[in-house]
Amino acid sequence: MANLIKLEIVTPDRNLLSEEVEYVGAPGVYGEFGVLPSHIPFLSALGIGSLFYKKDGKRYYIFLAGGFAEVTPTKVTVLAEVAEKAEEISVERARKAREKAEQRISQQQEEIDYARARAAMARSMHRMRCRESAVSAGTCSL
Amino acid sequence: MAPLREIKRKIGGVKKTKQITKAMNMVASAKLRGAQQRIERFRPYAEKYTDVLSDLASRVDSSAHPLLEKREEIKSVGVILITSDKGLCGSFNVNLCQTAFKLANKKKEEGKEVKFICIGKKGRDFIRKRGFEILESYPDVMNTFDFQLANETGTMVISKYLDFELDEAHIVFGQFVSMVKQVPLAQQILPVEQEDAEGQAGAPSQYIFEPSVEGLLAELLPRYVKVRMYRGMLDTSASEHAARMTAMDNATKNCDELVGQLTLVYNKARQAAITSELMDIVGGAEALKQG
Repeated sequence: MANLIKLEIVTPDRNLLSEEVEYVGAPGVYGEFGVLPSHIPFLSALGIGSLFYKKDGKRYYIFLAGGFAEVTPTKVTVLAEVAEKAEEISVERARKAREKAEQRISQQQEEIDYARARAAMARSMHRMRCRESAVSAGTCSL
Repeated sequence: MAPLREIKRKIGGVKKTKQITKAMNMVASAKLRGAQQRIERFRPYAEKYTDVLSDLASRVDSSAHPLLEKREEIKSVGVILITSDKGLCGSFNVNLCQTAFKLANKKKEEGKEVKFICIGKKGRDFIRKRGFEILESYPDVMNTFDFQLANETGTMVISKYLDFELDEAHIVFGQFVSMVKQVPLAQQILPVEQEDAEGQAGAPSQYIFEPSVEGLLAELLPRYVKVRMYRGMLDTSASEHAARMTAMDNATKNCDELVGQLTLVYNKARQAAITSELMDIVGGAEALKQG
């Protein structure tokens, strides 16, 4: 397949990924967007959610939280605050984080705490969802 | 015979010091390797971030975001001083503190109020003695910090800036150039400096922005400040270990030299003692013969 686009994912701690892929779907702040090779230049802030890319007909999933993506016709650069490959996600940890967040939300103390708990909850849910999608796509074993 | 034993004790002491400095050298070199790796991993991120941000910032007027806007009247200046927590690394911390001190004095002469934010213990101690106001200090963090620290300190600085407690902020850190070269640097981080829009106008990058340019800036600018601070911290930490390595290497060499000198003195004293003992014996024997 000649028609590929380069995907790079960089976080403050590491270069997570650098690969030639067929398609990238990323969680923008205004909803998910898809990128094929020769996409027009595009810059978008990212929300919390799963990014996936297609390679050799398979879908791979990566969890993202915050940051932005820069798209040029030949390259997608994702600068994420947090990024984890599906196989790195600890479901156990995400579940615990979610329980904790749920508890905090039900207590509803301060506004700041509430917003934080909501964000934590969103992160943990998206982590779990990301992992599930990867498992069902067959690119991550249980 | 007292000096003989004393010299011997001194040699022992110097040898022990040497063991310590040697161990510290090795610890520093191991830590340096870690710190260097962290910088190298962070650099691509920081560079890309700077690229995108300066491109974005050159597209808007400075009034588009409060963190870009230069204030007309600058009353108080914040200096973020990043130093190490521990000493024994040569003139590293002193150089950093002097750079910050000079900057502070310059701003003071211009009639501005200078406030410090100290990350690392050494800088805090230095500034406290010089009588400048310290807004916040974060001691004992340089050993185990991650982006969270940059996040926390960055948020603090930004909120002070937006509350008009600070009208300008500078960061002083030790740039890690190489194993033998560390340069203290002072840079302005707030307001974020815009590159000349003219120079960039020819750039062909006609992006679609989502959300708007302003929206993206609002999202990216605060983080940019934190990225800069994190970079300063990583650089300082690597520089600290490199400086300590050099300092400890020198100390070890000095110990070797000192041991050599002391051994010479010891041998001379020993010989003198033997000679005088011999003289005593010979003298005694002579006296007996005559008697």
